[in-house]
Amino acid sequence: MMQVLYFAWLREKIGVAVENIAPPPEVDNVAALVDWLRARGPGYAAAFADEKLVRCAVDQEFATPDAAIAGATEIAFFPPVTGG
Amino acid sequence: MMLRVVIQEADFDAGAELARLNLPGVGGVGSFIGVVRDSGGLKALQLEHYPGMTERAVTKIAEQAAARWPLLGGTVIHRVGHLAPGENIVFVGAASAHREAALQATAFLIDWLKTSAPFWKREDFCSGESAWVLARDADEAAAKLWV
Repeated sequence: MMQVLYFAWLREKIGVAVENIAPPPEVDNVAALVDWLRARGPGYAAAFADEKLVRCAVDQEFATPDAAIAGATEIAFFPPVTGG
Repeated sequence: MMLRVVIQEADFDAGAELARLNLPGVGGVGSFIGVVRDSGGLKALQLEHYPGMTERAVTKIAEQAAARWPLLGGTVIHRVGHLAPGENIVFVGAASAHREAALQATAFLIDWLKTSAPFWKREDFCSGESAWVLARDADEAAAKLWV
């Protein structure tokens, strides 16, 4: 069981800010999780349609698509940052 | 060294923040203030962040600046929530014995803040439309100059 957070337009497309998920063990990295989430519905498919526009953090550290998610408690997806 | 990282909805008092950086041994204080640009038709910016991770990421950037320049103080205050044109968005300040470190660290902090801290801006227009601001390649290039 892990918590997934969505920010900015990913949250708007998916329709929730936070949810608990329990992906199967073969979903073991960020890229596999994106594929698994994409299959959850049209909002997810729209949010993850262009992977180049999506960034990820695993337990509040920036993570690349090949980053392992085993044991992670908090995973976040968001667009490239635009602060400052 | 004094490190101050604040994420808040409220405005900041730039004068008070500069005074706070006038620490013993300081010979120069560099600062930058980002303001909501009044580009035609903009009603407000909505600034979103990732509570917890944003504070960690900004602190990490400030620590990198402190490792790179002999700073005596560093301050980053970033506002979130609803911000109207003309309002302050961000305050960055760096204090050192000499101006070069203070000015360079200030530029480093704002360049890295733009590309490496989880904040997102949405523009709400007077027309009723709204759009998330896209990341700029120019910001990425500016940050990479420091690598």
